[in-house]
Amino acid sequence: MDSLVAQLQMQYRNYVLSLYQQGFLDDQFTELKSLQDDGSPDFVSEVLSLFFDDCVKLVGNMARALDQTGTVDFSQVGASVHQLKGSSSSVGAKRVKGLCINFKELCEAKNYEGCVRCLQQVDIEYKTLKAKLQDMFNLEKQIVQAGGIVPQVDIK
Amino acid sequence: MARDGGVSCLRSSEMMSVGIGKMESPPLELDEVHVLAVDDSLVDRIVIERLLRITSCKVTAVDSGWRALEFLGLDNEKASAELDRLKVDLIITDYCMPGMTGYELLKKIKESSSFRQVPVVIMSSENVLTRIDRCLEEGAEDFLLKPVKLADVKRLRSYLTRDVKLSNANKRKLLEHSVPIQTSLPPPSSPDSSDSSRPLTNSPESSDSSPPLSPVEIFSSPLSSPIDDEDDDVLPSSPESSPTPEESPVRRQKMGSPGLLD
Repeated sequence: MDSLVAQLQMQYRNYVLSLYQQGFLDDQFTELKSLQDDGSPDFVSEVLSLFFDDCVKLVGNMARALDQTGTVDFSQVGASVHQLKGSSSSVGAKRVKGLCINFKELCEAKNYEGCVRCLQQVDIEYKTLKAKLQDMFNLEKQIVQAGGIVPQVDIK
Repeated sequence: MARDGGVSCLRSSEMMSVGIGKMESPPLELDEVHVLAVDDSLVDRIVIERLLRITSCKVTAVDSGWRALEFLGLDNEKASAELDRLKVDLIITDYCMPGMTGYELLKKIKESSSFRQVPVVIMSSENVLTRIDRCLEEGAEDFLLKPVKLADVKRLRSYLTRDVKLSNANKRKLLEHSVPIQTSLPPPSSPDSSDSSRPLTNSPESSDSSPPLSPVEIFSSPLSSPIDDEDDDVLPSSPESSPTPEESPVRRQKMGSPGLLD
């Protein structure tokens, strides 16, 4: 039993570290984790869940705005990009945020092709992050179920 | 400090009186600090709410300036006269919101007799000095750069538990640590409702009666319209100084051409 917990904990640590190293997460995610405690044990997963809901909604808005045959209202696209940039920043979704920064510039330049491409990337990116975090949360569950404690992962 | 997210936390008065002979100033004589948080983003609302709860504040979170005014009873003059004064100790609002910006909300609060004394803090994802100045000059207590962190909120909390008259000079120094941009904006001659009853927020540099707003700065259009931060055009091309890695998270972002929310 002990070695299972230790194994899972090590797996968890490595996984979380890799998420930071690969740029999926930044220090704002660490900040969110620090706000979680026994009284609010699901805080991070709840916030991230809201974030992913936001992604679905905003990506939908952007797709619709870009789907106008004729004139595309880039400011409308930009408005949704701005919102997504904000919420991705607030949860530490580093790659999504980075894409939004590019996306914003593409909107300003009214670069249609660029925007369409970027939107596709955003779509892939948030879904990838969602899957990765799901794996992370699953590992946490496994650790707890095995009788262990989820380790604090020191990012430095 | 208890972190149960609720209201049953150690009160600052209890903390201060433990083993201390003399208190520097009496803590607020209330059970809880009540904060009104305003942000159109649900994610941000949840986060700010958590940050505030952890620092022992009671929180009411609303999604727009209008709802904030409604909550405060300021949307209807008659109603506010009837209401027993709602106890709000701090208002923290996002700057960029559709319908009514945080700046406009700030102005309305400072124009009201019931709530003008309540400290108002503005949050924004963009570190634009003109914006910061404009808010401070209109009476904002502080300006936080998003994403907001616990350290930021703890700092705010400290305003409410001690009788500190933070001068604007100190705040601006903190915020513009690495910013060389000049922000001399032509003061339009409009009547200003701000008066000397804002002891905490007088900027020594500019006079109270010069709200530095261009008349175009009305964010009343819905999300889908281009929203222009005209003042940013006025700035000379800003040589972005490298971000300073210290306590105030001053992150510089190159402003693209206007026309979008920022």
